[in-house]
Amino acid sequence: MDAIVKKRILQVLKGDQDAYGEIVEIYKDKVYQLCYRMLGNRHEAEDIAQDAFIRAYININSFNIELKFSTWLYRIATNLCIDRIRKKKPDYYLDAEVAGTDGLTMYSQISSKSDMPEKELESLELEETIQKEILKLPDKYRSVIVLKYIEELSLIEIGEILNLPIGTVKTRIHRGREALRKQLRYV
Amino acid sequence: MNCSEAMIEYMHDYLDEEISAENEEKLREHLLTCQECQRHFHELKKSIAFVQSTSHIQAPANFTVNVMSRLPKEKKQVGVKRWFRQHPMLTAASLFLVLMVGSFISGWNQDHEFTVSKYPNLVIENTTVIIPKDETIKGDLLVKNGNLRIEGKVKGNVTVINGEEYLASAGQVTGEIEEVNQLFDWIWYHMKKTAKDTVKLFSEE
Repeated sequence: MDAIVKKRILQVLKGDQDAYGEIVEIYKDKVYQLCYRMLGNRHEAEDIAQDAFIRAYININSFNIELKFSTWLYRIATNLCIDRIRKKKPDYYLDAEVAGTDGLTMYSQISSKSDMPEKELESLELEETIQKEILKLPDKYRSVIVLKYIEELSLIEIGEILNLPIGTVKTRIHRGREALRKQLRYV
Repeated sequence: MNCSEAMIEYMHDYLDEEISAENEEKLREHLLTCQECQRHFHELKKSIAFVQSTSHIQAPANFTVNVMSRLPKEKKQVGVKRWFRQHPMLTAASLFLVLMVGSFISGWNQDHEFTVSKYPNLVIENTTVIIPKDETIKGDLLVKNGNLRIEGKVKGNVTVINGEEYLASAGQVTGEIEEVNQLFDWIWYHMKKTAKDTVKLFSEE
């Protein structure tokens, strides 16, 4: 797989845009998921994930072909997410919570077309709770937790993505875990 | 939750899979006796399991198309190269055609020498070949880059390339008379000749 990606990157470096399409296909789900767990909004996640791929394409010349492409791509995506979190504009999205209501989103204003099976509803509810708790983490803990437990990356790789020494990564994961423990203990 | 910080540190080391065997033993022993820490450890593991349980979501359907449409335009050169790669038959055919036409044209341009099929009874004046009266050429006659005047008889075909041919009233040709002057005639002539040779080859066999 790494060999295929490497080959496609060499083609992209020669200016072949179609080869980049294959790279996007390989990583789109992982990058989108990373953005979604960081931002908690599908619309924003798609925006940022697309931006990440476009930035990677534009700056592909500065990518060291001997390194892992995914690490580099995740770094771009994570940085974009953190930027977005920090200067979050008051955008309005359908799945954003309506102010003054407890957990009501704009979706609740739209009549549902299909009857959801009970089970799916339940699992969605649990997922929503977990996602909400992840979003409550400060961004520096959120990024390590998402990279470690959702993207399933090693501590070394997380350190490379976030450009942090391994000791700092560990500390953040420990604190992130403690924070999650407190938030999720009664779930 | 006043257990030693060390035990909590061990828990995290354990969860990072970086605990030493010695510390792991200590942690195990402690957990057997301390309910507080047991609960703490359980909650940590539970929250991790929760986070890991979130289903893996997928990018929206036309994600790749959207990304590709937003990329800056690629260099033209690559597009051409790719076209060639995707249409190998067309590329091969057009290359073949170019080479064929090229060789014909260069053949046409380079052959400016005056040549004529050798027969002892031909008279040659500058670049004009004359078949004198009362003389008979037995065989085909080819004149390149010169004119031909037939006053006698030719028992065979006559071909004049890049020149003119006069048939005097007394002259006689038993075969075909052909004059090739234009580039396309030249190509046509070649093709006919190739075809004829091929047919001849088969009929001889």
